[in-house]
Amino acid sequence: MESFFSRYRNALVLITVLLAQVIGLAVQVRRPEPNAADGGGVRLIRSWVVGLVTPPERLLHSAGHGIRGLWMNYVDLIHVRQDNKNLKSELDRLRLEEDSIAEDARQGQRLQALLGFREKYVYKTVAAQVIGTSGTEQSRVLLIDKGSHEGIKPDMPVITPDGIVGKTRDVFRHTSQVLEISDGTSGAGVILEKTRIRGVLRGNSWGQPEIVNVSPDERIQRGEPVLTSGGDAIYPRGLAVGWVDRVSPDPDGTLVNVLVKPAANLSKLEEVLVITDTGVEMPEQAEQDLSEAQQAEQKASEVLAERLPSRVDPNAPPDQQDAAQDDSAEEGAARPVKPPQALHPDHYTPSDTPPATELVPGQKITDAQSSAVNGGENATGNGPEPQAKPGVGAPDNVPGKAPSTTPGNSQAKAPGTAAKPKPKPAGPPTKAAPKENQPPTPSETPPAPSGAPAAPSQTPQPQGRA
Amino acid sequence: MVLMASSRREVGAKSFPLVIYVVVPLLALGLQSLLSLHLSRFDLIDLPLLVTIYYGITQREPVSATLVGTVIGIAQDALTHHALGIFGISKAVIGYMAASLGVRVDTENHGTRLLLTFGFTLAQTAILWLLQRHMLGQQFAWHWFHEMVRAVANAVVAVILFAILDLTRRRDY
Repeated sequence: MESFFSRYRNALVLITVLLAQVIGLAVQVRRPEPNAADGGGVRLIRSWVVGLVTPPERLLHSAGHGIRGLWMNYVDLIHVRQDNKNLKSELDRLRLEEDSIAEDARQGQRLQALLGFREKYVYKTVAAQVIGTSGTEQSRVLLIDKGSHEGIKPDMPVITPDGIVGKTRDVFRHTSQVLEISDGTSGAGVILEKTRIRGVLRGNSWGQPEIVNVSPDERIQRGEPVLTSGGDAIYPRGLAVGWVDRVSPDPDGTLVNVLVKPAANLSKLEEVLVITDTGVEMPEQAEQDLSEAQQAEQKASEVLAERLPSRVDPNAPPDQQDAAQDDSAEEGAARPVKPPQALHPDHYTPSDTPPATELVPGQKITDAQSSAVNGGENATGNGPEPQAKPGVGAPDNVPGKAPSTTPGNSQAKAPGTAAKPKPKPAGPPTKAAPKENQPPTPSETPPAPSGAPAAPSQTPQPQGRA
Repeated sequence: MVLMASSRREVGAKSFPLVIYVVVPLLALGLQSLLSLHLSRFDLIDLPLLVTIYYGITQREPVSATLVGTVIGIAQDALTHHALGIFGISKAVIGYMAASLGVRVDTENHGTRLLLTFGFTLAQTAILWLLQRHMLGQQFAWHWFHEMVRAVANAVVAVILFAILDLTRRRDY
């Protein structure tokens, strides 16, 4: 018996070692969830190894960081001033863009509130340095220099400003493992931005992330952005994942896999952000940025308004100046289209005919009547003027009283707006109209029924001339 | 036969100071972890495997080589998210094979080292494939070209690394 052990000592040791490890493997993989937390013994071994390996890595990394920082902060400062100027201008531009998006975001929030959907915002992140990897192709794992002492827990999303990186797995006191999205055992709920196709992202055997088991769809095009869908309860919705690289058929043949080019450069990671807290309300900082952006846009609009050439021509006749000012003041208000002013009015010119109340059926309009109307209007030089109807409102021809609005203006008022003039911006003073033929002020214009244009009520219908 | 050990000097086992047994594997693990971060294709190289092979072929003691391979492999497992034992089993087998072959072949020859490392790299991948794909049911793709490139790269690095490690050994006759 002794000779058997001594003879096969080497082989027996090997078999014993292998058997022990196989049993250990069987115990570890017996857990129902493959990504569940390790047992106490396994975790202890991992903690020891990480504790032994990471201090030199941390030291080397900080030394390299220091040398690089020395170079960046003191030596490589060429063009910094110009860069700063460019960045400031870009910041202004981005603030304006942000404000234009803000309204859409708020509308989206309102709609989400109506639907009972609660979007999660990123509240708090912890910046961490990547100090190492697993070192093998079979395991796409990163080591970061922050752990449970800094508030990191397992299954927290890890991102960069470019896109998501992965999620934390084993967390030690001052170190954590991050499982990258390119690993075959990772999983992230994603959605294609344009086609809205959802799927699960995981790494393939070459370490490239792919959306697996997607129904074939011709709309999936190369370059389409891929975002997190929020369905995995780990990554907040809407984070950038990458772009569609290509579509490859599934080995089964019925479905396809969509290969994704990750937005974050997973092979050159130095700093990452671990999202440690999310919430349903917009963070204070984001709100503050939003209000600052709105103020910046307001200022920019004012500056723009001052710099742009005025639409008011100081050499133009007073009525045209006033019309231009009124246009700017009432921008957006619905108004009827004004007919162009005739140079030589005739019988067909609007307001060239006497009021309908003065017309007799079957009687032709006499030249005297027509000239009386024309003469009165031409005397003002302000174009056609609506005649007030008897019993409805008479012109307020008070001598010495200047009209508050020009004749053309009063004619152009929309129903309902005539009785309520809007404040006009300060502009060149308008000339007072002659004392004769004072036009009615807007406040004196009879209110038209809602929805009915004002002009037809002041001009006779064609059948009145028959 | 050029590759076979033919003299007492060639089959003589080498020993190392105790600190080397601790520092070199740790250094290999740390460098593997660190350099893979900064050099994108460095994960083709497996420094812990090379250290295991080196201890095997220089110690020529299958039991100790098996144990050293096991410890290095489990430490490498600890840096991954896999279950502990995958690299442990593969490196235990490689250490045993390296020590067994080290008795029979001239491990001082660079050509021998090149060929041995090439073969052991492929053997480790085969063991990993067997364990992960068929025993644990995990995803593991075998790409022949990729594995050949990896084996060649490891063999070339091994020749350089073994020459450096030779400087640390203490020759026992």
